[in-house]
Amino acid sequence: MKYYDEYRDKNLCQLIIEKIKKLTKEEIRIMEVCGTHTMSIFRYGIKNLLPANISLISGPGCPVCVTPINEIDHMISLSDMEETIITTFGDMINVPGSTSSLKKKKAEGADIRVIYSPLQALGIAEQFPQKRVILIGIGFETTIPLLASTVLEAKKRRIDNFFLFSLAKLMPPIIKTLLESNEVKIDGMLCPGHVSTIIGTKPYQFIPERYDIACVIAGFEPVDILNAIYHIIEQRIKKIPQVENKYRRAVREEGNPLALALINQVFLTVPSEWRGIGMVAESGLELRPEFSNLNARNFSVKIERERENELCRCGDVLRGAITPRQCPLFRSVCTPENPVGSCMVSSEGTCSAYYRYN
Amino acid sequence: MTEDIITLDYGSGGKLSNQLIRSLFLRYFNNPFLNQLHDGAILPPSDKKIAFSTDSYTVSPIFFNGGDIGKLAIHGTVNDLAMCGAIPKYLSVSLIIEEGTSMYALEQITSSMAEAAQQTDILIVTGDTKVVNKGDVDGIFVNTTGIGYIDLDVDINPARAQVNDFILINGPIGNHGISILASRENLELEESIPSDTAPLADLVQQMLSITREIHVLRDPTRGGLATALNEIAQSSQVEIEIGEVKIPMDEAVKDTCQILGYDPLYLANEGKLIAFVPEQYAEKVLEKMKKSCYGEQAAIIGRVVARGKAEVYLLTEIGGKRIVGMLSGEQLPRIC
Repeated sequence: MKYYDEYRDKNLCQLIIEKIKKLTKEEIRIMEVCGTHTMSIFRYGIKNLLPANISLISGPGCPVCVTPINEIDHMISLSDMEETIITTFGDMINVPGSTSSLKKKKAEGADIRVIYSPLQALGIAEQFPQKRVILIGIGFETTIPLLASTVLEAKKRRIDNFFLFSLAKLMPPIIKTLLESNEVKIDGMLCPGHVSTIIGTKPYQFIPERYDIACVIAGFEPVDILNAIYHIIEQRIKKIPQVENKYRRAVREEGNPLALALINQVFLTVPSEWRGIGMVAESGLELRPEFSNLNARNFSVKIERERENELCRCGDVLRGAITPRQCPLFRSVCTPENPVGSCMVSSEGTCSAYYRYN
Repeated sequence: MTEDIITLDYGSGGKLSNQLIRSLFLRYFNNPFLNQLHDGAILPPSDKKIAFSTDSYTVSPIFFNGGDIGKLAIHGTVNDLAMCGAIPKYLSVSLIIEEGTSMYALEQITSSMAEAAQQTDILIVTGDTKVVNKGDVDGIFVNTTGIGYIDLDVDINPARAQVNDFILINGPIGNHGISILASRENLELEESIPSDTAPLADLVQQMLSITREIHVLRDPTRGGLATALNEIAQSSQVEIEIGEVKIPMDEAVKDTCQILGYDPLYLANEGKLIAFVPEQYAEKVLEKMKKSCYGEQAAIIGRVVARGKAEVYLLTEIGGKRIVGMLSGEQLPRIC
């Protein structure tokens, strides 16, 4: 297909890999903070093609994975309410809470529906006016404008049985927290392409300025990723860390002002808890007070007491502190069929990628 | 009749059941074995090996782009028999119908089963109908069980894959999976993607006319190509290598997968087969496949590289190499 076949060109990929090999023998550690990057890297076998001195580390780029278990439990408990339909993206269905999951609740009779677009939830709400229809609003900046426009649309169409359970999270604050902790040494960062289409290039500026780390915004095809790796190394060698936009076909410097305005109109930034990382200031989004009648957090539900398998090391994996292979549960107890932690569930989770492709 | 709906009475075994059998099933399936309305069909003896297979069909929606549950139920069991190297001969059809289903829909499904059976020269010789309370099943469930005959010199089974066998497929993958998904979710795709549902028994016989040395046949239905290859790798304890660029795929399927985050290797097919054929016959079998209307886009997609370790590897289109595992759980669309 036009627009992606040329970014999967084998010869071009080989050429870039050769150039990378010639560029340096130095150890270079690059973190990707987008689940789609993680998947692309595994799907195309990019790690095996790179020289041994270049390592790719996965960061907290999968929205399902970074949601803490108490929030998962809260989400699951919403499905216990009478006359309620839970609408969610597919990935959330399998995520285990303390003792249950939406999938188990569905098997027990709860009405849980997988949707492909948030707007589908409004259609369902209109179809079943006597029921509460709750949208599990999960995602980073890429998905949040869709959640915002769904909320506005619900208000416009006066759909009063639609509710949002926001698990929305923001990317720049968590990158800052990670770099501030200094737990994982990183030389470069593969900045998330989809998120950048919304937020633009400026929010990453602090990364080279404050932490001396090379940043390249990249698309998701193999040529995009390899090219970004090349430029990260080049920045490193020339000692000119900066934010380079190598995904110009989708990302503008200013991002998408319309989408940003939508987010701002509907949501407020709030402190938010990240799995394995803890509370991070201004890293989550909650509905503004004027939309509180649509806020599914207002329902009083009984949330079970948090119980997490102590051996699960999702948190360490999310921070890039360990690879999934270093987790004692990986592959033995924790598998995609029987996931212990969320990183094994989502198709974009690091453990899932290691399990499937390695 | 076409405006009627199926009530519980139609499954009672009484008058209405009898009327349904005579006015619908006998009319469409008409053959001397069934027409006797005996408790079972008494079939003539054969000196060949007998293949025996059963499958139940619960597809939702019942009518989808490129087919319906009836066509699928015939093709599915015909194909399972064909994968044993058999010529399908006789079928049973069992229907479990939700009360309230329209008679028109049932007639359409029956007619489509009759047409599919006729196309493959298989006779529907016995059957059963049950009607259950609303909500107990989703529309109509169909079970088909089939018998086919295998020539004595044919020995196809999943444990027979040998090192250096070439792996052939008869066409593009993923069309059925995407078609069902689009129908189920009302996805408005730019290009219509019909299901690939098709009977493959004749194609298999064409292939066997080139060589009896076809080692393995498998239809990559649920779980897709990746799961089917893994099953064979496990049964035969072999290492398989396939090339991503060699796998035929329609652009529209590729694009839809790209947007929704599906891996086409795991999407269901209903008119595809993979064949493990010794290297020396591979080209000739391929040529023969391409002459069939169900194999025009046939291709050699890989080969068995070693014995001992049950693994499937994919050479990615950019020259990387990765493991292809079995499908675990359901494939779900991604978030972003």
